Amino acid sequence: MGSIWVHAEATDGTVASITLELLAKARELGEVKCFYAGSDADAIAAELGAHGAVTVHTTGDLGGGLHGPALAAALAATIDSGAAPEAILFGTTYDGRDIAGRLSVKLDAPVITNVVELDGADGALTGVEPVFGGTTNVHTRFTGAKTPIFLVRPKSFTAEPSDGPAAGVEALDVPDLGATGTAVMLNRHVEESEGPKLDEAAVVVSGGRGLGEADKYAMIEELAAALGGAPGASRAIVDAGWVPYSYQVGQTGKVVKPDVYIACGISGATQHMVGMKGSKTIIAVNKDPEAPIFSIVDLGIVGDVHKVIPKLLETLAAR
Amino acid sequence: MNIAVCVKQIPDPADPGTIDPETKTLQRDVKLILDESDSYGVEMALQLAEQAGGGDVALVSMAPNNEMNGLRTALAMGAASAVLVSDEALAGTDALGTAKVLAAAMGRIGPDLVLTATESSDGYTGTVPAQLAELMGLPSVTFAKEIGVGDGKVHVKRQTEAGYDEVECPLPAVVSVTAGVVEPRYPSFKGIMAAKSKPVDEVGIADLGIDAAAVGWAGGGQEIVDIVAAPAREAGEVVEDEGDGHERIVAFLEELKVL
Repeated sequence: MGSIWVHAEATDGTVASITLELLAKARELGEVKCFYAGSDADAIAAELGAHGAVTVHTTGDLGGGLHGPALAAALAATIDSGAAPEAILFGTTYDGRDIAGRLSVKLDAPVITNVVELDGADGALTGVEPVFGGTTNVHTRFTGAKTPIFLVRPKSFTAEPSDGPAAGVEALDVPDLGATGTAVMLNRHVEESEGPKLDEAAVVVSGGRGLGEADKYAMIEELAAALGGAPGASRAIVDAGWVPYSYQVGQTGKVVKPDVYIACGISGATQHMVGMKGSKTIIAVNKDPEAPIFSIVDLGIVGDVHKVIPKLLETLAAR
Repeated sequence: MNIAVCVKQIPDPADPGTIDPETKTLQRDVKLILDESDSYGVEMALQLAEQAGGGDVALVSMAPNNEMNGLRTALAMGAASAVLVSDEALAGTDALGTAKVLAAAMGRIGPDLVLTATESSDGYTGTVPAQLAELMGLPSVTFAKEIGVGDGKVHVKRQTEAGYDEVECPLPAVVSVTAGVVEPRYPSFKGIMAAKSKPVDEVGIADLGIDAAAVGWAGGGQEIVDIVAAPAREAGEVVEDEGDGHERIVAFLEELKVL
């Protein structure tokens, strides 16, 4: 087995779920090396190792420099020195896309994006990408001898420890970045949100255009809170500025797979369905009986969200 | 300040087309429109140019058959001009090839700031902004929710998992704009009329010094080996609300032991 490289991400010493998901798949495919930008690789080496990473190669503190140009240049230099891996896996995250994009230029190699499954059965790794709202899967593989780069969507694999020893921490040199490295992060702002995170919640309640106006989103938040869940949104109302981008569920937002997903006033554009059709159970309330969302629900209520949701909130409050 | 905005003209998402099983290309013989994701970059560029007290907003687009419908929409919003790259050799071009074409086309404008969407609504690879920046040898800040320009620098609030980062970056730079952060203006009648006579620089890849082998299917370096139907999700019970819809939901949630 060759070597599989995984981009590791972490916040405050906690490895991101997407990284652990990638590790679960990567260790089936080869010997896993993690690449990391940050000064706390020692703090995450045990967790990375427990999930199958043999080593973690770290740039150390970048002094506010963005991860994209630094890790892309470091990875390209490592490959140029003759240590090319079988494949490099990135999560579809803010930094993951930056690094993969810049690296693809450095290697003059394409990226296979939006991958939900990787198949290494016949020697060459094949990526599976859903299109048309997840109704069709496209299987793509690389031609030629370039290093394969995959951008994998969150929740594609299940994170599971393999009880390996702590990953060995190794230093990773960052070459001179020139102008590409001149963007600097000055401050980090954490927006406190109550309740569980959207992509980790057991219950997600999402609102869409059917709510009619921005103020009505409050009842989505209320319902999510009442059920101990997280509020989400369709792209339509994010684009309309009702709620921030971080609420967006769908192809261009977050992929969620909660136990229960409740779609309120969402018709079910393909862009939305891709992000939530993996939910264990789906409930939808929409006044249009022809809404595509009803084709994938476990329980569909053809009705007015402005009537059904307030009554639902009342009933829950009375319990 | 000269701002270039990358815009994609796409089939109406309400009618996304199909993949031709023979050629493995997306069939898009419908009329193309301006990708809604790009309208935010156009609006942001217009606002930044206004705040800077002048400067042109130029559009850069790659499209088959010299398609201009979507470009006209952005010109009607207020962009001054456009570079449109069309070439038969571009059929099947992937994200990296697209970035190569856009980077070369930028040479005809020489922008101080390049704005893009975070990803297109039809291809959604989300890699083009970083690829474009790397090809141009520029810094980039992706997922901007707020942009300010001053003292030869761009200040960006960059979306993160937990909130946002404040990022500062010297110009020239590439910034990708998150949807929904500004309200794209509707083209006025005057704008629509004016757009008809705004200059569109129509070029082929030879004009940009790009080798046909670097783009299109040949330049892709990847191949589709299979297209299969995904396992369908069975539809469950769909009922009309007769004043008891909320009770059905409560009963179902109890069954699921959420309540």
